[in-house]
Amino acid sequence: MTYLYAAYIATWVIHGTYLAILVRKYSKIRREMESLKK
Amino acid sequence: MKRGFPILAIVTAVLLSFALYEALIGAPTERSMGDVQRIFYYHVPSAWTAFLLFFVNFGASIAYLVKRRPAADIVALTSAEVGVVFLTVNLVTGPIWARPVWGIWWTWDWRLTSTLVMWLIYVSYLLLRRFSSGGQAPLLAAALGVLGALCVPFVYFSIWFFRTQHPSPVIGGGGSLDPRMAHVLLINWAAFLCLAWLVCWTRYQLEVAKRQVEEAQSLESLLEGSR
Repeated sequence: MTYLYAAYIATWVIHGTYLAILVRKYSKIRREMESLKK
Repeated sequence: MKRGFPILAIVTAVLLSFALYEALIGAPTERSMGDVQRIFYYHVPSAWTAFLLFFVNFGASIAYLVKRRPAADIVALTSAEVGVVFLTVNLVTGPIWARPVWGIWWTWDWRLTSTLVMWLIYVSYLLLRRFSSGGQAPLLAAALGVLGALCVPFVYFSIWFFRTQHPSPVIGGGGSLDPRMAHVLLINWAAFLCLAWLVCWTRYQLEVAKRQVEEAQSLESLLEGSR
């Protein structure tokens, strides 16, 4: 069961990390958009 | 799509939860491997989703090489990036399954090695996009995308043509799979496809916004330079 849970947790850690990278990119672009508007 | 996004997000979340339940509890336990076989419900759909995304990358790369439309370039970039994420899941879950079943984490057989090589090709593709600032970068990346896609059929059919330690195909190729297991496998694939579509759409919008910002910034610096 340890291996099973390890695989499922690893899957969601990988997807979660990628989603976190996308969120960071989104906030960076948003900040740049705001500074362009000024 | 903007209006449909929250609906698709909810459908994806529900489908992923249901697929997880089916994979961990609903599906029958395999006789020889036991519960560790359930890794298969994430391992296989991840690979199929990655293969599909690499074919999208192939189509978009061809379209970019022919018509030079930025939209095709963005689709190619998006599909490659999300494809690498799914293939990473496949490459990580594979050894976690192999350790208790084969007694080893990794072996350099045709299927495993070709999958790793394909992953490295698409990671190189992303590195090329990330660190090359020249105007030729999308063109070079498109050419690499076309070459990378040639790996997909090779990886897929490697277990048909070569003797490998990897299990034989579960669907087609003489493999037999319990219909209830096939059902759970397809539910998980459907859930992963919805997730891939959502993530690709978000990534596409991000790239469009990024390019617009870069264009506006270069215009601004040009205006400041002329003053």
